[in-house]
This record gives sequence, structure tokens and C-alpha cells, in this order.
Amino acid sequence: MDEHYYHKRDLAHFGDIGKNRPELAEKFFDWYGEVFKDGALTAREKALMALAVAHALQCPYCIDAYTKSSLSKGADADQLTEAVHVATAIRGAACLVHGIQMRNVSDAISM
Amino acid sequence: MRLETLQSRGSELASAEAQLDMLGRVPLDGEHADALRRHGLFPLRSTGIRTLQLNVGRRCNLVCRHCHVDAGPDRPEVMSRAVMEHCLSYLEATDIPVVDITGGAPELVPDYRWLIERCRALGRQVMSRTNLTIVETPSHRDLPSFWAGHGVELLCSLPHYRPLNTDRMRGEGVFDKSINVLKRLNEVGYGDGRSGLRLVLVTNPVGAFLPGSQGSLEADFRSHLMREHGIRFDALYCITNMPIGRYLEWLDQTGNTAPYLQNLAAAFNPDAAACSMCRSTLSVSYDGRLHDCEFKQMLDVPVDPALPQHIADIDPRALDERTIDTLRCCFGCTAGEGSSCGGSTTG
Repeated sequence: MDEHYYHKRDLAHFGDIGKNRPELAEKFFDWYGEVFKDGALTAREKALMALAVAHALQCPYCIDAYTKSSLSKGADADQLTEAVHVATAIRGAACLVHGIQMRNVSDAISM
Repeated sequence: MRLETLQSRGSELASAEAQLDMLGRVPLDGEHADALRRHGLFPLRSTGIRTLQLNVGRRCNLVCRHCHVDAGPDRPEVMSRAVMEHCLSYLEATDIPVVDITGGAPELVPDYRWLIERCRALGRQVMSRTNLTIVETPSHRDLPSFWAGHGVELLCSLPHYRPLNTDRMRGEGVFDKSINVLKRLNEVGYGDGRSGLRLVLVTNPVGAFLPGSQGSLEADFRSHLMREHGIRFDALYCITNMPIGRYLEWLDQTGNTAPYLQNLAAAFNPDAAACSMCRSTLSVSYDGRLHDCEFKQMLDVPVDPALPQHIADIDPRALDERTIDTLRCCFGCTAGEGSSCGGSTTG
């Protein structure tokens, strides 16, 4: 069975999105390339942030791409793992902090 | 478990022929020569020898996972003083400015210090590659002052600024020993930017991927090593792993041989090809045989067969404009920012 919405091979065809409205794709990819260059943050730090966001979004393409990118830019497995824990902490905290809304509603109508 | 050399294990990949055969079986869209042709770079020619690279032996105190030399404590090959004398005669008859001494751990070769003294007496710049840890072994503890006294530029292997990947690639405890030795080198003036004692760190990716930008990695190494260990250095060289030797064995064992070679080929950069180190280097093996580069030396591929094959036989200018045949592993030097024994070639 080769019927999946996600295929690893599709990542290499990301650029094909520019087959229609190429001027939009060009703007996107130029900007994208600039974003990940060394700046106030290093390229390695940006790759790790992208890896964390990729996990939060649960995008398999981005997880594949930014695991490799982070390693290539000199991050090690400890650093990759810490980045994923940051994403996990924020996802978990974002859920838990909504518990305050639950408390507010509950407090308003409870004895 | 401690790693052993391919040779001591009797591995099939100890033979250069088996390595070339394995690389030859990977499906590729074209050969390295085809990529050169597409960009008007074929045939690759020497632009004149500026570095005489001497691989003085395959003996080493470490057995690193990625070693293209398959070096280790059991390897008997070392350069004799007779071969060194031929190298010095050749050097004297030319104006080649740089001698690059490598191994194995070159420090384990009996006449290593004599060779450096003689090269310096000829007024040549001497670079010596070191795994650092050798300085922590008996009879080598005085090396920092010897190197400093002879103005030797040091190219020190350090895969990463943290222990995890360094020890994974080079063996348990290597990171801590390397840091100790780097501190001792700083103490004698290496890396201070004023003494002229140049300290270069050398990193290879710890896995099946290309190195990132050399400038970016250097900034990271610099800030981490200074903050955590107070270590200074002059430059960081990134070297792409060549798919040969024990690194090829690791690629094979992990199912990465074809994807890695295909990635190298897909990342072909004509600017890097134009700057290939083989165009300005002559590589001499421990027994005096001549090669276009260190990697072809390990694959037993000699310089153009029409030319002299041994350092004792060469006319000083005979190899200056030689034609250089390329192999599949040459995709390693021409991928991305390019790679050479002096780091990235275009970054």
C-alpha cells in the first residue's frame, strides 16, 4: 500500500509549488532563505527553533528537514532533544494555562 | 565496545578495491567527470604545487569511527628517514611554501621531530595535524613547547565543542583530554593572535550529512569554547567526510552509503570544484608513493601513470601541470561550500 497523505519523497518537490504563480514562490523562498541566515541569532539557534516549531505543528517534512539542518549546523542530539522539550513544554503549558478559564467558569457557578 | 581497524578485523573494506567497488554500485545520474564537463572544468589540472602533504604513517593511538585512513595502534606503516630525506630533497629543489604533515598520529613516527626541524631549516611553513590526545601520552607531553619552538601551525581535530559527539566519533574520554591539551597549547601562546602560533580546529560532521557554514560553526565553537573552557583558537576548518575507509563501513552498516553519495553528487558546486585542493597539493604516502590527494592515497590511486610515481624519482616540475583524474569519492570535495584539508573552499 502506497496510499498516504504524507510521502518523504514529496519534501524534495517543495519547490514545485512555484509552478503556478512563480513570483509568489520566489518571494517566499527568497525571504525564507534570508530568515535562516546568521543574524542576531545564529543559524544553529534558528534551526533548533524551527525544529521545535516543527514538533509543535507536527509537520513531518519540517521535522525531517530541521533535524538534518540542526545537525549540519553543529547541534548535537542533546541540543535537539532540549529543543523538542521546549516545544513540548509550551504545548503542555498552553493547555494547562487554559485550566484557569475552566476555574473561572467553574468558580462562577459553583458553591 | 572499543573499535578496531578494518585491517585488524580482516574486513573486506580494508581493501581499496572493495571500497571503490562499493561506491561504484551506487546509482548516480553521472560520474564526477561528467559534472566537471558540464561546467567546463574537465579535465581537472594542477595549478602548481603549493602544499606538499606528507602522510607519515597510519599508526594512531585512537581508532575513530570516521577515519578514512583506517589508522590505529595496530598499523605498522611509518615513513622511514630515507623516504623523508627524499621528500626534503624534493622540497629543496622547489619553492613549495607549505609542508602539511599528517597520519595516523604523525607524532608516533620516530623521525617526526627531525622532519619538522629539517623542513623549518629549509624555511618552509610547517602544518602538523594532531588528534591532541597524543600529547597526554608518555614521551609526548613536551610537544607543545617543541611545536611552539619551531613555529609549527597546528590543525587539531575536535569534532564538536561538547563531549557527546566528540566522544561518539573519536572514543570515550577524548573530549576531556582534547580540552586539557588545548589549554596547554594556549598556555604556550597558541591561538593568542599575537605570537604567530596558529591554532586551527578541524571538525567533521558526526553523521551522514554535509557540514554547515564554516563561518557560522566557527562562531559557535569560539563562543562555547571560550565561555565553558576559556580556550582560544585562530580558525575552524570544516571537512566533509569522504565515503572511504571506516566512514564508508559506517555508511554501509547504517544504510547510508547510497543516500550520502547521492547527496554529495546533488550538492556539486562548480566553484568548489575549481578550488579543489588536489590542484595545488601533492600527497606523499609513508613509502614515498605519489598521489593527487590524501583520499586517493588511501584508495591506492596514484598520480597520472605517465608521470613518476615515487618521491625519489621526480623532476621538481614534472607534476606542476598534471592532469587529475577524479573518482566518485571526489564528490565529497566539491559538495556544498567545498571541502579540503584546509576546510571549506568557497565559504
